[in-house]
Amino acid sequence: MKVLVTVKEVAEVADDFEIAGTEVDERYLEYDLNEWDDYAVEEAVQLKEDGPADEVVTVTVGPERSEETIRMALAKGADRAVRVWDDALEDVDLLDVETKTNLLKAVVEAEDPDLVLSGVQAGDDAFGATGVSLADEIGFQWGAVVNALDYDDEENVAHVHRELEGGVEELTDIDLPAVLTIQTGINEPRYASLRGIRQAQSKEIAPKSLDDLGLDSGSIESDLDLTSMYEPESESDVEIFDGDASETAGKLAEVLTELGVAE
Amino acid sequence: MSDILAVAEHRRGDLRDVSYELLTAGRQLADETGGDLHVAVVSGDTESFADDLNREGVDAIHTVADGEEFNHDVYAQAVEALHAELDPEVVVMPNSVNGLDYAPAVANRLDLPLVTDAVALDYDDGLTVTREMYGSKVETTVDVAGDQQAVTIRGAEWPAAEGVGDADISAFDADIDADAGSTVTGFEEVGGGDVDISEADFIVSIGRGIEEEENLPLIEDLVEATDATLASSRPIVDNGWLPKNRQVGQSGKVVTPTVYLAIGISGAVQHVAGMKGADNIVAVNTDPNAPIFDIADYGIVGDLFEVVPELIEQFE
Repeated sequence: MKVLVTVKEVAEVADDFEIAGTEVDERYLEYDLNEWDDYAVEEAVQLKEDGPADEVVTVTVGPERSEETIRMALAKGADRAVRVWDDALEDVDLLDVETKTNLLKAVVEAEDPDLVLSGVQAGDDAFGATGVSLADEIGFQWGAVVNALDYDDEENVAHVHRELEGGVEELTDIDLPAVLTIQTGINEPRYASLRGIRQAQSKEIAPKSLDDLGLDSGSIESDLDLTSMYEPESESDVEIFDGDASETAGKLAEVLTELGVAE
Repeated sequence: MSDILAVAEHRRGDLRDVSYELLTAGRQLADETGGDLHVAVVSGDTESFADDLNREGVDAIHTVADGEEFNHDVYAQAVEALHAELDPEVVVMPNSVNGLDYAPAVANRLDLPLVTDAVALDYDDGLTVTREMYGSKVETTVDVAGDQQAVTIRGAEWPAAEGVGDADISAFDADIDADAGSTVTGFEEVGGGDVDISEADFIVSIGRGIEEEENLPLIEDLVEATDATLASSRPIVDNGWLPKNRQVGQSGKVVTPTVYLAIGISGAVQHVAGMKGADNIVAVNTDPNAPIFDIADYGIVGDLFEVVPELIEQFE
């Protein structure tokens, strides 16, 4: 079985930041492996270690800079990586779900995986829609927000738990081939070992342009136009306690006592 | 072609709150587009759901009787068929776990631009959606191209529709192919455990800010000194530092204590969904811009590793 994992490099914004036009100023951004994808990579690597999977391939839509993040996934046990990029993508503020679906579909057609694992959402744009859209487009079955996965090799079925709201999980059987979107907490992502990091240096990251994937610029025309970005207005009337730790703790203790919950 | 189609959500026999919020969002859009508000309810006891959904501002309710519980194949086919019949300008669906399990498929097969997790909608010569990015640190507005669109809305952003309506209620035959590739086999309640945090009067809750499991005893000392109940945000449970029954939030427990003391919790929307009903919210966080301060009544901008020991001292 071949497992394809979608891996995104996401931008994280510093506590204090400035907005320039419709973007957070580059100075305040740090790039990292998307948290949800970290769990997806771990789940795929465990499927390989436990037997069912023969190969784990990652796919990333991202510029050359993202290779650092891709190497992290390789260091954690993915076998090789595909990186899709095109200069035309540089100018797109907000990639829409359809564009991501088109790009990933082309990679799925080339790789022919049995199972695609994708993080539930990306920490930056938080659309949470690519996995299911991709599944529908390529004719795979799917399950969104999976927090437990038990793959039955004989039946070729994924027994999954889907984490619903309010502490309820739905138990679902999903026929492969399938796309599962992976929720945090499904496993414990490993740290990349020094040996893994060394090995990752020699693993393949195959760059693919739109041309390589048989796509043209029409396939990345976004339906979404990001027209403004701003810090949300706070309607807060919070009373902030001033002073050093001792003073603030003292004031808080008074409040807790007044409210009758501690004494 | 300026109608709006909203798709209700239910689970285990009850409509979920977001269904009534969808009616409000849908009515607002329908007023702006000058069209009718159509509501779809799929699977389960659709007749009784339709009666409950018949609130002020709803023009038509379409029931699709196939299936008992949510199944994404049934939902995607039902909404696709209704879309073909009604040709609405915008389809509005919930940004819930189940909404995200079928809305992207609906958008894909109908070739509709999809915007998820909307916190505000505006229609003026086209659809504009307000949504957040970077863990709620920024808000954005997005213009959506095309004549027809699909959006999912965040729960609790629109008030629930009220009153009694006079909608036309009719059964819709969506010609569903039930031989799908996924089968729901049951439900499981998670994390019963020894403590029910939803009953607690004073909750001390911790988040990423505590950094390492080794720092947990410090918080446990505070819990003991104040006779509080210990809870947490999602990352603490994901790391295995506390059991699932301690998790507050959208996918955990909803709590309504007299005091909710959030320590090292930034206040992501998924967490806030579980604790905003507390009578008093107190936040301790190093980041003065953390969203938790937007909903807090009292706050300390400071290092929890300095504040918590001082607080323990106050109660010992």
